[in-house]
Amino acid sequence: MYIMNWGVIAQNLPLFLRGALLTLKISLLALVLSIPIGAFAGLCRVSRNRVISFLAACYVEFFRGVPLLVLLMWIFFVLGRILRLGSYWSAIAGLAIFSGAFVAEIVRAGIEAIPKGQMEAARSSGMTYVQAMKLVVLPQALRKVLPPLASQFIILIKDSSLVSVISVVDLTLIGKNLVATTFRSIEVWSFIAVIYFCMTFSLSKFIAFFERQSVRE
Amino acid sequence: MAEVAISIRNVSKSFGSLRVLKEISFDIPKSQVFAFIGPSGAGKSTLVRALNGLEGIDAGEILVEGVSVHDRRTDINRLRTNIGFVSQSFNLYPHLDVLGNVTLAPVHVKRQGQEEARERALAILGSLGLADKARSFPQQLSGGQQQRVAIARAMAMDPHMILFDEPTSALDPELIKEVLDAIRQLASTGMTMVVVTHEMSFAREICERIVFMNQGSVLEITPPQEFFSNPKTERAREFLGKILHH
Repeated sequence: MYIMNWGVIAQNLPLFLRGALLTLKISLLALVLSIPIGAFAGLCRVSRNRVISFLAACYVEFFRGVPLLVLLMWIFFVLGRILRLGSYWSAIAGLAIFSGAFVAEIVRAGIEAIPKGQMEAARSSGMTYVQAMKLVVLPQALRKVLPPLASQFIILIKDSSLVSVISVVDLTLIGKNLVATTFRSIEVWSFIAVIYFCMTFSLSKFIAFFERQSVRE
Repeated sequence: MAEVAISIRNVSKSFGSLRVLKEISFDIPKSQVFAFIGPSGAGKSTLVRALNGLEGIDAGEILVEGVSVHDRRTDINRLRTNIGFVSQSFNLYPHLDVLGNVTLAPVHVKRQGQEEARERALAILGSLGLADKARSFPQQLSGGQQQRVAIARAMAMDPHMILFDEPTSALDPELIKEVLDAIRQLASTGMTMVVVTHEMSFAREICERIVFMNQGSVLEITPPQEFFSNPKTERAREFLGKILHH
């Protein structure tokens, strides 16, 4: 019979903490990069210029269609070697590019949810396309994209566990290594699941708070 | 001969195989009010939206103060600062309050100072009976108030002319009057205006010319007294018969 021994958690707390911090760091960096990537691609997607819109669509469709695991491998073993990225930056690049494709779709949907009359009213008053986007359409779209963006960021934190396959020592890899040396799989994986949940749940609460604030404005 | 504000020359447009404007030509003199009326599908809205380039045209030319609207070399944004546009659905900016709505274009397009734009906006809002609504948001206003804000927003650019695309069609009947009063007030200042409308008594009262359209063609351009008492075309007689005695 398997006898629980939670001592393994207590003894290795610093290790878990290090892994959790790295997971947070990678997710956060990927997130910070995926916002401008996604915003840019999303804006290109709604562009009236067909070539620009097509290129953005290619980006979105391709990276949405490739499994993240495969993408991370490819970036690490192919792109990473050419650009000398190393596992850490390969992981961040992979997550950012992957997540950016989803952010692009969220941004596109947000912009398209704004009635056409808004752009028309702005253009009728003599604004350029860029001015109308910046002053009229995007401020409204921003409110619409916050909830789906929040879900996307929670997904990003969870997806970051895949970077362990390219030997980034994140929370998941720490767990794998610990299980290999201590054979305490139940304790270790349960604890790791709880840590991931705490991270995503606090992010989700934080975003809910932020949304309430922006509604009150 | 009065100065011409808008000149429409042989304008045609199709949506696919449907010809919505068929070789339309006429001039709108400065300081006059022209009302476009006719059954739905006549092309009134398409024509008024073509006047500021919101709709493209397939053939012909539209000149606003001598400048070709659809010429690619024309700085359309600059031209549009002279052409106010008020649409059926108000299209106020929901993320800005009334003052923000009215001052946005003057500040960012005409490069007026915030303070100057604010004062001007408050004066216009006051003249339309909206002085106490400056800090309200569009969703807190009635339809009639929203449409008057939209009119104030157009006026704030000091345009040379204002186009109205069915300004009262989306309003509850009891809110129509306040909007018509605002347009009336504008007409009395000598503003050049084009009004697409179904409000016949209003058209009869304020406009210099009725432009009667049917299936993409202009059938007649007549002074309102004449149009309503003695329309020239059979189609206009039929149209008036239907709407005046329903």
